[in-house]
Amino acid sequence: MTTFNSAPNLTRPDDFYAALIDAHEGLTDDESAALNARLILCLANQIGDVDLLKDIILAAKAQPAA
Amino acid sequence: MTKIFETPLYPYAKSADQSGDTPARHKVIVVGAGPVGLAAAIDLAQQGIEVLVLDDNTKVSFGSRAICFAKRTLEIADRLGVGESLVDKGVQWNLGKVFFGDRKVYDFNLLPEAGHKRPAFINLQQYHFEHDFVKRVRALEAEGAPIEIRGGNKVTAIADKGDHVALTVQTPDGPYQIEADWLIACDGANSPSRQILGLDFVGRVFEDNFLIADVVMEADFPTERWFWFDPPFNKGQSALLHKQPDGVWRIDLQLGWDIDKEKEKKPENVIPRLKAMLGEDVKFELEWVSIYTFQCRRMEKFRHGRVLFAGDSAHQVSPFGARGANSGLQDIDNLIWKLKAVIDGTAPDALLDTYDVERIHGADENILNSSRSTDFITPKSKVSRLFRNAVLDLAEHHAFARPIVNSGRLSVPCTYDSSPLNGPDALVDAPLRARPGSPCPDAPYGTGFLLDHLGGDFVVLGINTQVPEMLVLDGITLRGMSIMAADDPDGLIANRYLGDAQSGVYLIRPDQHVAARWPTFDETAMQQALRKACAKD
Repeated sequence: MTTFNSAPNLTRPDDFYAALIDAHEGLTDDESAALNARLILCLANQIGDVDLLKDIILAAKAQPAA
Repeated sequence: MTKIFETPLYPYAKSADQSGDTPARHKVIVVGAGPVGLAAAIDLAQQGIEVLVLDDNTKVSFGSRAICFAKRTLEIADRLGVGESLVDKGVQWNLGKVFFGDRKVYDFNLLPEAGHKRPAFINLQQYHFEHDFVKRVRALEAEGAPIEIRGGNKVTAIADKGDHVALTVQTPDGPYQIEADWLIACDGANSPSRQILGLDFVGRVFEDNFLIADVVMEADFPTERWFWFDPPFNKGQSALLHKQPDGVWRIDLQLGWDIDKEKEKKPENVIPRLKAMLGEDVKFELEWVSIYTFQCRRMEKFRHGRVLFAGDSAHQVSPFGARGANSGLQDIDNLIWKLKAVIDGTAPDALLDTYDVERIHGADENILNSSRSTDFITPKSKVSRLFRNAVLDLAEHHAFARPIVNSGRLSVPCTYDSSPLNGPDALVDAPLRARPGSPCPDAPYGTGFLLDHLGGDFVVLGINTQVPEMLVLDGITLRGMSIMAADDPDGLIANRYLGDAQSGVYLIRPDQHVAARWPTFDETAMQQALRKACAKD
């Protein structure tokens, strides 16, 4: 089974981050939340493997709150 | 016109059992003449086991109630001699539409697989279903089969005496005592039998109310299942429109939790809701209205000594997915051959414990599926609603999101994986769908269908190989069937049972589930698998 990859994998991290923030530009909090939800669903479909997705969810949950 | 659910079909009549000096002893008593109880009684009587059905009512169920009967139920009904009349009367549908707010987000076609005798589903009012089953009981009675229904007979006490069960039954002529070797409690979600015995029934209550209405109308709506999330005529809630026979439409409207049930049920409150949904100009007549809440729960065990629970009395699910009556029929399919084998002495009492193992597995699968549907339809938190709406928004434009939309996962039969009755899966390269524990897939056979030739007894099925026509092993008679390519007109038996294997031998249980499979016939291996399938080892 493929597991959560915690090593860097993004080709251009700064471009990705800017695109993510730009996508939320001018949205209300509710609209942003809806966009995030759609984004997560699209990304999940891209990954496809539910066991891997569960592992990623666990990894995200394990992040201690700031 | 008097409707069939207003006519007493099994009116109270005083029985000789009520005036005897000692309680009469019956082989099996079934409590409850709903779909599950009637199926149990027919199955027993067809196999020559004496059965008495007690029901405190005298009529079939009022209102449509269960309306969606799945393929497996129809196959079981075929074995019980009722399948044809159900399918003749029922409405078949394949198309579904899903709406979100004021727009259609997608439609789907169930696209049932070809080469099965029965359709994926029919819609049929529960009262028609029960009516056909009662007619079958009457036909069996006329043939002299040992079956009887007593209406107006309410069970008020049950005691398991170890070697039999003692009952007190209340009637219009007063109470009487009666006994049975075995008792099957099919008396519904509020099962008085369960309460009399003080047995548990735990699970999750969903804080919601649904208005269900049967509406008679001549309308141009097509024969499709329409489901709305957050429609303009029922803001923030859901709605379902489904066609039944006789120009009756079933409408389910979610109402939320904090409502006045009595007030919402009144026609002056129901009619404006329906007009908002159907259109001001549509003429309709309200036949039946009910408000329900639901729970997903089950008993810890379905077998309690000589008392066996089946259907809603043992387990309850949300209505999404049509998993109530359909799973109850699967309970009976599973239970009756085991009970018969124990009564006949061809299998040990332990076989009945596997009813618990297999049907609790089924109930848990149904509870899981119907709870997930409910959580999608009625999000329980702000974030859950956010994701639900995101799925629906995406579904309109992107096919990938459509399988996530969950307005009910329609009932399919349970595969008893890891059942203690399963024998070897020794047929290499054969399809997973026919592995031990699976319900046998149907396929064209000769000029008819395979499932009509299976079930009732143990069957040894040889495909592209000869098996004995009859076998007696451990006192059990097995019927042999050898199917060659000439009997398999579309090659679908080979496709569904052999896959890439050259030949196969299957041991099929009386409930048409696969017990074991091998490439060739071997009597010793067959005997071992049969012993396992009867809980002898």
